[in-house]
Amino acid sequence: MNEMTPPKTERAEALKGLGSSRKRVEDARFTQGKGNYVDDLKLPGMLFGDFVRSPYAHARVKSINADKAKALPGVVAVLTAADLAPLNLHWMPTLAGDKQMVLADGKVLFQGQEVAFVVAEDRYIAADAVELVEVEYEELPVVVDPFKAQADDAPVLREDLEGKMEGAHGARRHHNHIFTWEQGDKDATESVLGSADVVAEEMIYYHRTHPCPLETCGCVASMDKVNGKLTVHGTFQAPHAVRTVASLISGIAEHNIRIISPDIGGGFGNKVGVYPGYICSIVASIVTGVPVKWIEDRMENLMATAFARDYWMQGKISATKDGKITGLWCHTTADHGAFDACADPSKFPAGFMNICTGSYDIPTAYLAVDGVYTNKAPGGVAYRCSFRVTEAAYFIERMIEVLAIKLGMDAAELRAKNFIRKDQFPYQSALGWEYDSGDYHTAWEKALKAVDYDGLRKEQAERVEAFKRGETRKLLGIGLTHFTEIVGAGPVKNCDILGLGMFDSCEIRIHPTGSAIARLGTISQGQGHATTFAQILASEIGLPADDITIEEGDTDTAPYGLGTYGSRSTPVAGAATAMAGRKIRAKAQMIAAYLLEVHDDDVEWDVDRFVVKGAPERFKTMKEIAFASYNQAIPGVEPGLEAVSYYDPPNMTYPFGAYICVMEIDADTGEHEIRQFYALDDCGTRINPMIIEGQVHGGATEGYAIAMGQEIAYDDMGNVKTGTLMDFFLPTAWETPHYTTDHTVTPSPHHPIGAKGVGESPNVGSVPAFSNAVHDAFRAFGLVQSHMPHDQWRIWTVARDLGLHG
Amino acid sequence: MGKMHIKVTVNGKQHELLAEPRELLIHVLREELGITGPHIGCETSHCGACTVDMDGKSVKSCTVFAAQANGANITTIEGLGNPDGLHVLQQMFKEHHGLQCGFCTPGMITRAYRFLQENPDPTEEEVRFGMAGNLCRCTGYQNIVKAILAAAAEMNAAKEAAQ
Repeated sequence: MNEMTPPKTERAEALKGLGSSRKRVEDARFTQGKGNYVDDLKLPGMLFGDFVRSPYAHARVKSINADKAKALPGVVAVLTAADLAPLNLHWMPTLAGDKQMVLADGKVLFQGQEVAFVVAEDRYIAADAVELVEVEYEELPVVVDPFKAQADDAPVLREDLEGKMEGAHGARRHHNHIFTWEQGDKDATESVLGSADVVAEEMIYYHRTHPCPLETCGCVASMDKVNGKLTVHGTFQAPHAVRTVASLISGIAEHNIRIISPDIGGGFGNKVGVYPGYICSIVASIVTGVPVKWIEDRMENLMATAFARDYWMQGKISATKDGKITGLWCHTTADHGAFDACADPSKFPAGFMNICTGSYDIPTAYLAVDGVYTNKAPGGVAYRCSFRVTEAAYFIERMIEVLAIKLGMDAAELRAKNFIRKDQFPYQSALGWEYDSGDYHTAWEKALKAVDYDGLRKEQAERVEAFKRGETRKLLGIGLTHFTEIVGAGPVKNCDILGLGMFDSCEIRIHPTGSAIARLGTISQGQGHATTFAQILASEIGLPADDITIEEGDTDTAPYGLGTYGSRSTPVAGAATAMAGRKIRAKAQMIAAYLLEVHDDDVEWDVDRFVVKGAPERFKTMKEIAFASYNQAIPGVEPGLEAVSYYDPPNMTYPFGAYICVMEIDADTGEHEIRQFYALDDCGTRINPMIIEGQVHGGATEGYAIAMGQEIAYDDMGNVKTGTLMDFFLPTAWETPHYTTDHTVTPSPHHPIGAKGVGESPNVGSVPAFSNAVHDAFRAFGLVQSHMPHDQWRIWTVARDLGLHG
Repeated sequence: MGKMHIKVTVNGKQHELLAEPRELLIHVLREELGITGPHIGCETSHCGACTVDMDGKSVKSCTVFAAQANGANITTIEGLGNPDGLHVLQQMFKEHHGLQCGFCTPGMITRAYRFLQENPDPTEEEVRFGMAGNLCRCTGYQNIVKAILAAAAEMNAAKEAAQ
């Protein structure tokens, strides 16, 4: 080796590539208040839009009188469904194949529904005008319970669908029924359950909640009538898909629409959908000829945009006497609210709920999901999870606990006995998935050892005795979870949204001086893409991550992609990045060979350069090659150094993890204290350990909120009871637990760098861990199942009902 | 609606402006003065994204009328650093990965700036309690707490060195 050449490891480290806890490049801006979020945007002449919303959950709209509002100085327009109807924009298609009212067309179906859109010179005048719009309603019977909604005499919610018994996902069997989705073998499963040694049955409810990013949804629509171009800045997790949808429903040619996602203040699935505010802002800008901004407030966000979960999961699980699971049956009643506005891949109306066999080798299984309309807000988005994977993980991890009780077995042992073994991968699940890789036993043993599981069980047993003797009022719960996710949607052959295949993309340009820009079809909302995608590329092309700019979110410049949700950025766009990098390297190899005057096959890659095989002192660095690509006439090679990759993944990825929560519960007050939370994640190849750890902390905190108090609750009249941050639980630093993170590494065999994605694992895994801890604390006193969220009142009620208050 | 004449100093610069009596400080900062570091997350003073420092106290500018800020001296996230570089809190938030989407960060750091003057040598528990008025949806707070403790240590070391 040339004496001047630093050793391999030193050069690799300087790149800050894969595996480096590189500090985030985003932070210099964000820590100085120089972020650029949509509400920071101020365009000349910009107007403000605000909604008149329904106070009723179900009512006929008899009349709307906007005269007083229009007479208020500063009010420019008031839009109603009647104004949108000539444009055919009073309804819009949802991502789930249903349609949704943009503005109330004859009736309202949930509290907070958009009724009229006021456009005014500033947000104060708009708010005043909202108060002046007179709407006459005639109340209709309300149904908020998805089971009651299916009664023969239940009120008809969707009059627009009356008589249409064929929906987007097959037959509808009731006027409030949306679809039935079945997976697996019903007869075989029922036969296994019928002849099993042991069958445990339970209703597992995953309550309605909300992603509630700190920044609400909003946009600035700007129609330039001179050049006919519509630009929309907004909180979009999928800007390219929004452009296509906007074109399809507005009739504006797609090349005349530019969608820009600026910095996004958290998404968690809330910003995947298309909301009436976007449509109304666009129409208002077209009508007025000036930009129109719409930013929802927190109450509107919680009441009207994109709830999550609300799955009633009836389960049966069978096993042999010694605890070998033989079958799983699940019937889910899915409350979709007034419109089916889930953001699932088209062929999966219940998302990937069929991952509900979890980490276990369950030979026979059956799943049916019935979607139902109620007088609640639409949504059903994936709140920091791949489509319905949290629901599936919660279901199976609760059912395992329920089965352990029935068997009188230790829940950790029951899990280990039924894990899919390492040698079974790739594993074909009974509900149709091919798990790519896993080593569950290793992770599980590591986790149990880390928390001294046997010691904890001993302490718990002693605590129970002490409690019974009246020496303590505190119980100890040990919450176990081993989850398997399915993320990275997905293969175009079975994953699309509104017909758009769920590939993703990366385009790279290497500049003459050896720095680069890469653009992707995804969009960061805090995940740190500008940092991590540069790391993937640094390792692939041998240029320092610090010299690579990552850009996303502008549909005029970025290549087409389906966006960031469902932990798909690393599995899909990350793969596209690596593949585009490899194209760069392939061309660089030809250039290097030419410069070194050897055959292409006689040079080999060495971290940041090509060297002549057997003559390491003869090399060309990527920096030199970059310059050469712009100034040398190389026979048969085009000038420049650019590449683009559209990556269609061959399979999903299957991250997994083992989480353990140790919780103290006061039986008299219902208060809890998290004594320990251990999270082991296996997300395959680790790109940036610092960012992975941050994702785990954040996702687990969301899971903590969901399990322990966060919900969107309705009363019987359909009033939202949790419409502000006073009632909707977001934990502060004070109550949030401390987390210990750990990992194993089982690379994905089909991903170019073996990465699986991690952003959502902690939400998926932590909810059952917290919930199981609560249940486990009361196991000795006979508790089998109690519904989340486990707030202080509900825990107190559990203790009371078990007779623990004496 | 009649407007009120307001004089306010923001990040060392004096401003005179007219605002309606009902106008909120956050809107004046963001829309009149173009200071967009403080954000609006809830409009009910729960989330703290709009936190600014007013006359030596952390306030949530979404529930302060601009009129109440008449004569006040306000510091926002934009005023924390200096021409030589970032404030130590800004550095430590980056160093310890104390932010993700960045939306809560300006309020969070501005609150931490005041908190460390109220309690220059806090325990972890005191940091968690003192920061409980500021919500973050991304980080789970662990690294925010770490960043604030690290900043306190740096500031105390610098103070000691100066003595």
